Amino acid sequence: MSILSYNGGAVVAMKGKNCVAIASDKKFGIQLQLISKEFPKIFEMGPHLYVGLPGLATDTQTVHARLKFRQNLFELKEGTRMSPKVFSSMVSNMLYEKRFGPYFVEPIVVGLEPDTYEPFICNMDLIGNVCFPEDFVVGGTCEDQLFGTCETMWEPDLSPDDLFETISQALMSAFNRDAGSGWGAVVYIIEKDKVTTRHLKTRMD
Amino acid sequence: MASVMLPVEPTPGFSFENCRRNEFLKAKGYKAPVATKTGTTIVGCVFADGVILGADTRATAGSIVADKECAKIHYMAKNMYCCGAGTAADTEATTALISSQLELHRLNTGRVVPVVTAATMLKQMLFRYQGHIGAALILGGVDSNGSHLYTIAPQGSTSKNPFTSMGSGSLAAMSILEKCWKPNMTEEEAKKVIRDAIAAGIFNDLGSGSNVDLCVIRKGSVEYVKPYEKANVKGTRTGNYKFKRGTTEVLSKKVVPIIIEEEIVKPISSDSQMDTS
Repeated sequence: MSILSYNGGAVVAMKGKNCVAIASDKKFGIQLQLISKEFPKIFEMGPHLYVGLPGLATDTQTVHARLKFRQNLFELKEGTRMSPKVFSSMVSNMLYEKRFGPYFVEPIVVGLEPDTYEPFICNMDLIGNVCFPEDFVVGGTCEDQLFGTCETMWEPDLSPDDLFETISQALMSAFNRDAGSGWGAVVYIIEKDKVTTRHLKTRMD
Repeated sequence: MASVMLPVEPTPGFSFENCRRNEFLKAKGYKAPVATKTGTTIVGCVFADGVILGADTRATAGSIVADKECAKIHYMAKNMYCCGAGTAADTEATTALISSQLELHRLNTGRVVPVVTAATMLKQMLFRYQGHIGAALILGGVDSNGSHLYTIAPQGSTSKNPFTSMGSGSLAAMSILEKCWKPNMTEEEAKKVIRDAIAAGIFNDLGSGSNVDLCVIRKGSVEYVKPYEKANVKGTRTGNYKFKRGTTEVLSKKVVPIIIEEEIVKPISSDSQMDTS
């Protein structure tokens, strides 16, 4: 078993028309034993900035705390909010610093760029190699399934409501075929003037 | 306030603080996850007026295509670029690090940095890490001494070649280069050779795929074409998988408005005089 699948969990993010979405399951387990059904893997880092940290649960929390620390120092020093682009290069640099003893997380950063409100998504491997795709990013134990569902369900220029349906169905279809993730899901839709958080009704087995 | 307890600037260089824990987990039988590899075909060749670099655009994580359109030709300086193969994060970080050192070097010396300087800096860095930084590079550029093309292996050995290929598709690419490369080719001829070499990698090596990227470096000008050719165009979807709104059952919904309290737009017109009062 891989260290990344020790606790389980899945995160997916998609671009829409003037909006972005990020969703994750809520499971926290130890191998096949369920521990909690309320384990956050997505964190708010700013009004238009969210980060998903699927992987080993201890590192999800450690990396989140360290990112928040570095982000706070940046924002105090510079007197400005961190844009998604800047934030993702900070994440990437922090992970590459630990090239030879990495954190076991595969971060996903989503947000809207300041001023232009251009949708932004990116994901990284555990040592900080960044991808900036035009469509969607996936991570976690059911990554393979998510690639399949997203590749068929995603289409360009989805409105916030359609994007919600697409990302929710893509995530649920994927983790219903994965024992390592599931047990509830949360979806964030980030738009210029609001962020909508929805908790989904899913299979609980 | 910064104190001994709380250093504001993190210490430079790699951190090994997780190594012992990670070794422990590995000893328990949990496999370490795979990092993204470029799984690449990268090539370069010298022609009459400069150097051409080429690359495919696939990145893989195990057998999964992690990125269909990644950029493998990295900026080093105005007069040189570098193709990277191997561990994706390593090629990205190594070229970025040396690129910034080259810019400082240029500002210190006040002249265009020679390609050999970049090659030496890269090889010394990679040799220092004894191959643990898995970056296989092709460095190409033009300086006052002419056109140069270097191959740099992860262990730090270098060679200066008129044409070269690296990555998992290097064998397929080299077969084309060996057959087609001639000294003093025109730009169009050289572009064709590089395109064919990358295409050979894309179609014969499973680790390489998607598009062909090209970078032509001449004396005084650079042309970075991304993509030069879309070797594999995805078909258009005829069906529609859009879900009807309300398909997904929602347990709870919360809307948090983002209120912009003040928006200041300061127009700057180009013809207005500077205020000197």
